[in-house]
Formats: sequence, C-alpha cells, structure tokens
Amino acid sequence: MDLLTIPPSDVLIQGILSGILMGFVYALIAAGLSLIFGLMEIVNFAHGEFLMLGMYTAFWMYALFALDPLLSVPICALALFGVGVLVYYGIIRRILGGPMLAQIFATFGLAILLRASAQFLWTPDFRQVGDAWVAGPVQLLGISIGLPRVVASLASLATFAGLYWFITRTETGVALEATAQDRQAAALMGINTDRMFALGWGIGGACVGVAGAFLTTFFYVFPDVGSTFGLLAYVTVALGGFGSVPGALVAGVIIGMLEVLAGLFIAPAFKYVAVFLLYLGVVLVRPQGLMGKF
Amino acid sequence: MIRRMGRRTALEALLALLALTAVGACARPPANEVVIGVLYPMTGPVAQIGIDAKNVIDVALDIINNRHDLKLPLAAEAGLPRLGGAKVRVVVVDHQGKPDIGQAEAERLITQEKVHALFGAYFSSVTNTASQVAERIGIPFVNADSSSPALTERGFQWFFRTSPHDGHFSLVMFDFLKDLEKQKKVKFRTVGILNENTQFGSDSAKVQEELAKKHGYRLVAKLPFKSGSPSLDAEIGRLKAARPDVLLPSIYTSDAILFTRTAKNLDYNPRLIVAQDAGYTDPKFVSEMGKEAEGAITRAPFAMDLAGRKPLIPVVNEMFKKLSGGRDLSDVPARVLTGFLVLADAINRAGSREPAAIQKALRETNMPAEQLLMPWTGVRFDEKGQNTGVRAILMQLQGGTYYTVYPFELAARDVLYPIPTWAKRK
Repeated sequence: MDLLTIPPSDVLIQGILSGILMGFVYALIAAGLSLIFGLMEIVNFAHGEFLMLGMYTAFWMYALFALDPLLSVPICALALFGVGVLVYYGIIRRILGGPMLAQIFATFGLAILLRASAQFLWTPDFRQVGDAWVAGPVQLLGISIGLPRVVASLASLATFAGLYWFITRTETGVALEATAQDRQAAALMGINTDRMFALGWGIGGACVGVAGAFLTTFFYVFPDVGSTFGLLAYVTVALGGFGSVPGALVAGVIIGMLEVLAGLFIAPAFKYVAVFLLYLGVVLVRPQGLMGKF
Repeated sequence: MIRRMGRRTALEALLALLALTAVGACARPPANEVVIGVLYPMTGPVAQIGIDAKNVIDVALDIINNRHDLKLPLAAEAGLPRLGGAKVRVVVVDHQGKPDIGQAEAERLITQEKVHALFGAYFSSVTNTASQVAERIGIPFVNADSSSPALTERGFQWFFRTSPHDGHFSLVMFDFLKDLEKQKKVKFRTVGILNENTQFGSDSAKVQEELAKKHGYRLVAKLPFKSGSPSLDAEIGRLKAARPDVLLPSIYTSDAILFTRTAKNLDYNPRLIVAQDAGYTDPKFVSEMGKEAEGAITRAPFAMDLAGRKPLIPVVNEMFKKLSGGRDLSDVPARVLTGFLVLADAINRAGSREPAAIQKALRETNMPAEQLLMPWTGVRFDEKGQNTGVRAILMQLQGGTYYTVYPFELAARDVLYPIPTWAKRK
C-alpha cells in the first residue's frame, strides 16, 4: 500500500470535523489536570481514574434512576468535586512536604486502588448508556457526525468559558490564580492557600466529572477506561503547557485533529506516532509547552 | 533515629520473608489431589472473559470431583478413578493480559505451586510466553481459547490446543464467501481487514491476507490499530474511502463496541462483516450492541442454538448460570470447559502425575463427538498438538440474537445480505 493516501474530500472533511470535536473532549479531560499542576506542581496520576468515577456516576444515575447523562452532569461535577477535595485533604496535603517521588507514588497508588475497587464493586464488564437523549448522527451539509460528540464539545467549550470567567472575574478565582503564581506571597496577603489547594482539586475533579458525564453518551465505561484517556490527557497538558488551562484547550484540538489526519493520510497504526512526534518536537523547542509560563 | 528505623524495617522485612517461605513450604499438594495451574486475565479490559473462564472451570471441577449423570468425561465418578479418586484442584492466577506476567506466573506455578499441568491463557500473546516456560521445564500446557495459528507451528512437545485456530476459522470464512456468492448470486471483489495489533489480531490478519490473495480477492484496506483506542475515526474514514465488499475485523470487545458506535455516527455502511470472534461473541457486546450490530457475522466454535442437536448444552448452561450470576454460556466458556475436561481426562488415563505420562495420554486423546459441547467431530491431536477434529461455524446477529448461518446444513437462519444501511434501519 502507498505511503501516503489521499482520502476523498467528504471523508477528509468528516475526519477533520470529528477530530476537532474529539479534541474538545480531550481538552476538557486535560483541563483539571492542568489546573492542579498549575496550582501546586503536582501531577495527579489518578486523573484517568477520576474520569472513570465520573463516567460510572453518570452510568449509575442512568441505570438506577433512569437519569439521562445530560441531567446528571451537575451530579457528576459535584461528586467529583467532592472526590477531589477528599483526595486533597486525605492524601495530598499530608505529602506536600515530602519528596517528589512520594507525591508521584501516592497518586499512582490511588489510581490502582480506585481501578481495583471499581472492578470489585462493579465488575469489569463494559457498561453503556443505552438510550441517551443525544444519540445517533446528525447530518451537516451532507456530512455525518455523531450528535453526542457535538454536544460534548459544546459542553467542553462552555466549561472552559466558565473556568476562564471564574479565574479572572471572581475574587476566589483571583485568589486561586494568586496562589498558583506565588504560594508564599498569597499566604502573606491573607489568602488561605490550604483552602485554595482544596478548591483547585475540587474544580479539577469537577471538570473531569463533566467530561465523564458527556463521554458516557458515546463511550463505554469499564474500570480501566481511565488509562484509555489518561495518557492522552498527560500529553495534552504537556503539549499545551503545564499549568496553562487555555493551553490544554489548544493542545486538545491539535491532538484530536492530528490523530485523524495522520490516520487518514498515513495509516491508522501511526496516528499516535504523529501525536507523540509533534509532542516531542514541541517540548524540544519549547520545553514549557505551547502556552506554558515557566 | 534514622539508623534505628532502618534496622527495624530490615528486621521486619526479614520476618515477612521468613513467613512467606513458611507459607510456600506448606503449599505443596497432598498426595490425593491433582493440581492444575490456570492462567487468565482477571483484571484489565478483558477481565470478564477471565472471570467467565474461572466460573466454567468451577463447573468442570464440580463435574470431575463429584458424581453427575452427564455424558461428559469423568462425570460418572467422583474424582479421577485411575488415580484412586484423586480430586482436581486449580490455582488461578491473573496475567492481566501481559505476556511478561504470564511468563513469570507460569514459572511460579510450576516451581512454587508444583502444578502438574498448565491451562490458559486466552490472549495468544500470553499463551505464547507462558507455554514456553512449560516447554522448557517439561510440563503439559493445554490451551482452549487462543487462536493464533503460530502457536501450534512452533514444534513444541508439551503444547496442546483443543480449539480451532484462525487458519481453520479463516478457511471457513472464505468457503462461506464463495458459497454465499453462489447462493445470493453476487460477486465479491474486495476485502478490508481491521485488526488489533497484538498477536491475535496480527496473526489473524496475516492468514486472511494470504487467503484473500489465494481466492482472488483484492485487499483494499489493512488497518492494524492499538486495542482500546479512544477513537476509531481515522479507521472508519479509511474504510469509507476504500469501500471493501467484505470487512474482516479481528478485534476485542471494547473495540467492537466503539467500532459499531463510530460506524453509526459517521454513517459507515459495510455490506458484509465477517468477524474473527473475540469481541463479537462477548455476551456483553451481544446484549448491549446486538441490535446496533445487526447483520454482523462472526466465526465461532460454539452456538447456543445448537442446543437442539446437543442436549448437553442446556444442562451445562444451568450449572454455569448458577456460578456466573445469570450469564449464559458463550463461546469462550464453552471452549474452556471442553479443553479443561480433555486435560483432566488425559491425566486420568495417564493414571499418574508424571509429566511424561500425561503428555503421552494427551497425544493418545481420542474423545468422541458426543462427549463434547462443541459441534466438532472429536478431539484428537496431531503431531503439532493441534486438535484435528475441530469445525468452525458462522453465526449472524439478527434482531439482537446470534443464529448459526453456516455451514448451510447446520443453519438456523438464512444469511441476511447486505447489511441494511443505518438510514434504512430507523
């Protein structure tokens, strides 16, 4: 087979469009991770498992109370906000002064604990939301696109807008940003940094909770689902710039699009090769990532 | 202070180690039982397959160790009669779908748990590494559910496979295509292959590519991908562009779900799908995606609708359902049960726990068709350790249920062709 194939234009347009939409979802998953890193320079290796919990919350709301994933978005966001705050007070706060390896292994261990507990409690079966309100394809100018993905990317954009408004326009948000910039100076100004950290973990969790709820409208849930999206989330954060929430948005879209384009033009087997090559290229030239501040 | 702590920790570690060794020493099997090491994925994306396998092995143990009025090997008496009624016990380990863990666990089962034979491991890639350990040490390894043809081409002396491999399966698929062309008066010209990229998918794709060439079909798309991808947009895009007459997927459950959903969303309408089992026969896939995946055909060595011809099936199914929380018997558990009983039967006929005697008995296996759940002609191994009595069938999803459609003489339903487009299904 040829090294380079030129796809027909309708396939190409459809590919690019669906890639961009998927990119918004990647971005939303990565946003919380980026926020937490920006705030306290800790990489949460259990981020994928937070996503898994968000998806299971939406799934169980659907399975037990026949609540559509769209309606359970606030519940998922709240639940994962709680998980984030709990993890901060229960684990992260205790190891803040510890060596970096302790921080890495604490969240890594948490990831394994969450995954194993999910399998124990809910079996490793693949679960799905059978008849969500948003389902099936929509036709846009003769191009077919999954409606769930369109809705999920709109939700992603709305969440980013909300997050931006919160950080730049509210007092708490500004305090959060101040803590991210200089922990000690913020503390001297009378900001309770401990509470800011907890808030950061809460918001990080809430973002991924929202992403999880929307993901269940087009993706299956199982205890290992975090690892499916986890790795891409880390690459998205690193590519966009550690700690930069807008960077995560840009990087998510780039990754979503590149993945499809590489798959269409070269071969699907190479789609992640292209993504990681781009990532390597960017961090070689700009180690801080596209929009990183450091 | 730090120094004292260090010493204390070291002492604790030493004590823990001693305790472990003591436990290890106690774990030797007593003389009146036969121990079989069982390797399956109990965690990770296909954990459910491993759990099903474990449940059906418990059914097999019940059949072997207690008296049952069933036309299955070893059912009539309690334990293994030629070993003085010895009971069979299993040690189940989780290989997580990882070849290196499978290898290490196989080693541990043989050297620490002192098992008399190994059984497993679903993933062809794991079966490959784990059986290498068995071969090196000289312990029989029976496999019931890995379909990479290469596994029985290695010239191993201790490896036996009871079920068909993808060579057999793919041959049947291409026979089917030829017969369907005649029946429906159509002509297929092109095929597309979509496969996950571990040993199962890659070896299946290789065989299919060769067979396609041999049968005069043009391969217009060959798409290997990593199982568990978050998106299959690019793969579907390639298929939409290449438009193969026949699509041949070799993919696991998660990918089969995502493939079906993405095909719907991107309006990809294959006319004929002939899948290499795996994801397509997972009961979860059938129950959740069965209606969406209307018309998908898969090869399988087992089908529930053969129950009319095989009265054993409903009886064993009831036993399985009690252990599995209501899940029906499906392809993999049926194959596991068959393979496990073949192994236990060989150990019984060997009348000994010696590896060489079991190996000899396995080679002399000649299990008749009526003692099997499967639609096979029997179990007899060739010099490569492959069962030559295998036969594959094809089933098709129609209205959310699988029906046997090929060979035509076993068919419960006529083949639905072409698969209705998404637009027509509303």
